[in-house]
Amino acid sequence: MTSLYNEVAADPGADVPTRRVSISVNGEKRTVDVEPRLLLAHLLRQGLGLTGTHTGCDTTNCGACTVLFDGRPIKSCTMLAVQADGHEVETVEGLASASELHPIQEGFKECHGLQCGYCTPGMMMATKALLEKNPDPTEDEVRWALSGNLCRCTGYQNIVKSVLWAAEKMRGDEGEEA
Amino acid sequence: MYPSRFAYEAPTSLAEAIAILDRNGGEAKILAGGQSLVPMLKLRFAAPGTLVDINNIPGLSDHWLDKDGTLHIGALVRHEDLEFSTIIADSHPTIAAAAELVADPIVRTRGTFVGSVCHADPQGDWAATMVASGGQIIAQGPNGRRAIDVREFVLGPFTNALAYNEIAVEAVIPAATGTAKGGYLKLERRVGDFATASVAVNLDMHGDTVHRAGCALAGVGGRTIDANDAINGALKGKALTPENVEAAADAVAAMAEPRSDHRGSADYKRHIVKTFVSRILTNIANSEQKAA
Ligand SMILES: Cc1cc2nc3c(=O)[nH]c(=O)nc-3n(C[C@H](O)[C@H](O)[C@H](O)COP(=O)(O)OP(=O)(O)OC[C@H]3O[C@@H](n4cnc5c(N)ncnc54)[C@H](O)[C@@H]3O)c2cc1C
Ligand code: FES
Ligand code: FES
Repeated sequence: MTSLYNEVAADPGADVPTRRVSISVNGEKRTVDVEPRLLLAHLLRQGLGLTGTHTGCDTTNCGACTVLFDGRPIKSCTMLAVQADGHEVETVEGLASASELHPIQEGFKECHGLQCGYCTPGMMMATKALLEKNPDPTEDEVRWALSGNLCRCTGYQNIVKSVLWAAEKMRGDEGEEA
Repeated sequence: MYPSRFAYEAPTSLAEAIAILDRNGGEAKILAGGQSLVPMLKLRFAAPGTLVDINNIPGLSDHWLDKDGTLHIGALVRHEDLEFSTIIADSHPTIAAAAELVADPIVRTRGTFVGSVCHADPQGDWAATMVASGGQIIAQGPNGRRAIDVREFVLGPFTNALAYNEIAVEAVIPAATGTAKGGYLKLERRVGDFATASVAVNLDMHGDTVHRAGCALAGVGGRTIDANDAINGALKGKALTPENVEAAADAVAAMAEPRSDHRGSADYKRHIVKTFVSRILTNIANSEQKAA
């Protein structure tokens, strides 16, 4: 597969130097030819059809495009797709299994952690990174960890509740397994 | 938005990266964390012919202390590596205090300390900590390495002293000869905003006497403001008494070159600088008393 910004080229795809990259996306290896200037957010959305990752501000401010890159959250509108070669990328589509929501998704559902939902995929990926590092965060720690993600609707209260709900559920789940 | 076309190189050694820079004669740019450069490429404020991504070069991701306490920060040490560092709190308190105030938590996973100093934004936090701490940048080019004092490294807004074929490979920040004390305070309108005003203070204490004081300001002038002489003049050889703290805060505030803008009036910003200097110094004085 080739992914280009070909809509702007007079002759789409003509002579645009590309690079072959292999990226693990949600655990699946994807090999794509990309032009170096292609942004990771655009590869995910247009190239791979994973439109769960949103682009909001497009200026590295809002965090709607947050994905995990080797487990740490990054703004995918501010990374080149070529830079993901050989790395692991996880998007919101990687959270749920076919039959079950991820506890983070459940939390957002239970606590009304979204209204329009535009910021939600980024919020959830930032949450995943937080809970992997800190399974039992305080409210302040949740607010701090999500301070790079903007929401225009909720006023954040229910987002914070959703994250705390998910954290408790995930700790409980682990407790049961042990 | 997306960048204009460029050639992309991802060298796996410094020598290779330097050779690419050399070959491109000024048309190539280094990509580190990308948290300043990629937004600029997207806005087409920058349109380099070639990007040299240094993220695949091994050996640049560590920060460590020498036996004598000197701190080394490799070119790929991210802001968050310093935020979560377990080794710098006592030896380099000014850097430790600034780490969680740079940008936002997600930008901090990618952006680098050295990249920020190279970017030379007058509002950048790390350059201010470097100036207050007497730091150096180690540059490597075809003819080897040289150390550049940060005050000669940051030449002006968005301009540094690197030659086109040099890479900043490391930042080096000296240790205190006595006990290191310091702080960083920043007023921002919201997380991720650049500083309305920020103050870096770094002290080398011998007992309760200031052996050397350093200070720099961000956000209150067209460049990082070097207030080392101002604070050192007020405090060197003295104790942190309320009178000396007041004199130091006045001397530093006089160095600020704030402009009125949407973040506040010039007077307001100067007042913030004064308040921050005195707050940092008073906190240090109080913690000394507790320890004694
Ligand atoms: C939303 C947002 C908020 C921010 N808020 C703040 C803030 O509050 N305070 C603050 O200080 N910064 C802030 N920043 C900037 C951020 O800290 C950047 O990470 C930093 O300025 C640049 O570091 P980088 O590693 O990302 O560099 P890059 O973006 O990769 O590069 C920046 C420039 O430096 C050059 N460069 C980088 N590394 C080297 C090297 N090793 N040798 C030679 N040249 C090099 C590049 O060629 C480029 O010109 C913010 C950024 C964003 C997107
Ligand atoms: S779209 Fe990437 S940060 Fe807003
Ligand atoms: S729910 Fe609408 S932006 Fe957050």
